[in-house]
Amino acid sequence: MAFIEIEDVDLVYRNSFGHEVSDGTLALSGTNLTMEKGEFIALVGPSGCGKSTLLKVVSGLIRANKGKVTVAGETVTDPLKIVGMAFQNASLLPWRSTRENVLLPLEIVEPHRQRFRAEKAHYEDLADKLLETVGLEGFGDRAPWQLSGGMQQRAQLCRALVHEPDLLLLDEPFGALDAFTREELWDVLQALYTDRKCTVMLVTHDLREAVYLADTVYVMSARPGRVILDKKIDMPRPRKLEDLYSRDIADLIQELRHHINVARTDE
Amino acid sequence: MKNIWLERLSPWILTIVLILLWEVIVKGFGISRIVMPSASESFYAIYEFRVGLWKSSLTTLYSTVIGFGIAVVFGVLMGVAIGISRPVYVTVYPLMVAFNAIPKVVVVPILVLWIGSGLQTSAVTAFILCFFPIVVNMAVGLATIEPELKDVLRALGAKERDIVIKVGIPRSLPYLFASLKIAITLAFVGAVIAETVAGSEGIGNLMLVASSNFNTPLMFAGIIVIAAMATGMYGIFAALDSRFTGWATRGSMNFATAGG
Repeated sequence: MAFIEIEDVDLVYRNSFGHEVSDGTLALSGTNLTMEKGEFIALVGPSGCGKSTLLKVVSGLIRANKGKVTVAGETVTDPLKIVGMAFQNASLLPWRSTRENVLLPLEIVEPHRQRFRAEKAHYEDLADKLLETVGLEGFGDRAPWQLSGGMQQRAQLCRALVHEPDLLLLDEPFGALDAFTREELWDVLQALYTDRKCTVMLVTHDLREAVYLADTVYVMSARPGRVILDKKIDMPRPRKLEDLYSRDIADLIQELRHHINVARTDE
Repeated sequence: MKNIWLERLSPWILTIVLILLWEVIVKGFGISRIVMPSASESFYAIYEFRVGLWKSSLTTLYSTVIGFGIAVVFGVLMGVAIGISRPVYVTVYPLMVAFNAIPKVVVVPILVLWIGSGLQTSAVTAFILCFFPIVVNMAVGLATIEPELKDVLRALGAKERDIVIKVGIPRSLPYLFASLKIAITLAFVGAVIAETVAGSEGIGNLMLVASSNFNTPLMFAGIIVIAAMATGMYGIFAALDSRFTGWATRGSMNFATAGG
């Protein structure tokens, strides 16, 4: 059995209050996707196609109206507790230092929650080590607003990973960054992934990002979203930015772009 | 360095200029002290009636602080309830707006009927006036938690209670302190209104007695004293605010302020 199985999922579109809209507009329709443990996948598609919604369905934050979602062999009905999440907006807590922000999940997730007070020094050490691996050595005491946008995203990745989740869900985490910082962070994420071997679902608008990072890229149709294409990316790891400019990869990105354009005009 | 001092001193300089202007205009036009006493006469009245003013001020301060204290406790509790629960918000909030729209001075006679005139009436009026902004600001701070942040925490298995404690309460502290600065001045307004309408003591009552005796300098003395007290209390809460929520002035949060 695959680690994540999404079978025939339908989801009624919700407004910003989380209420289902009365006309029953579908955000997802007949969506299927399976994923192995330790796999890194990317979801791309036209905007508003339900990519982020699919992430929320997998994490159990939203329940599908129809179909079945299983993660690690269990049907998802409530929010999962093995998940780390990161978003386009770093949403670090401004009243906490960067280190305390990274530690936040440990104050909530069992079994760390029980031990947190007693073993605070140990956990702070852990957070500092993690910050070091993303290039934020010595920034633990800084307030989040003292960090640049790219640094905030690095800190957010640390927060998403500190409790060693089995599943990492990333919703356009690099969407608001400039091109150079974004490419730097691809390598940060790739290093973290190779190191930890967790399962990653990445939602992105950037096809190069998707191809560079993922083992499989899934293309979704316009709303109501469903997966219309999956593409294995055969690039050995660790990947290098130069690889993106090889002929095969350039062709692959072109092909993906073409599929998304078709999906957009099908609306 | 010079500029910093000038910045700090500038409100005091303006105060002194205004007082001098007051003195010069009243003296220059020869205005009767029954209509408008000069600054020096008003300040002398503070000295002359210091015993009565001191006693009245303490009474007013006492009822203000009691009303304010109760409003903080219940306002925060109510604000938390409204902020975290949509059913409570939908049910309670419109009624609170309606109650808040009532001009508070009209409820004082009713309060007198129920609990008599005196300290308790002033305290309750102070409470009624400053309760609303505390509730609203506390609720706004809790209700506007970023949805992504909620998702991060919920995906870790956080209960609603965890979200409130880890994020909601700290996040709403700047909103709360902003409201406390408004609320303490409103509490003074409430207490003095009650004393003026129904009291037998306090600054409000002192003003009423001075008025009926045509003792205008004493009335101005009362105004100066009450203004000084309210500004002082405001200063205390402004200092607490910058001490506990200094992070917010660097962040990008916008504060809703509400008056009553």
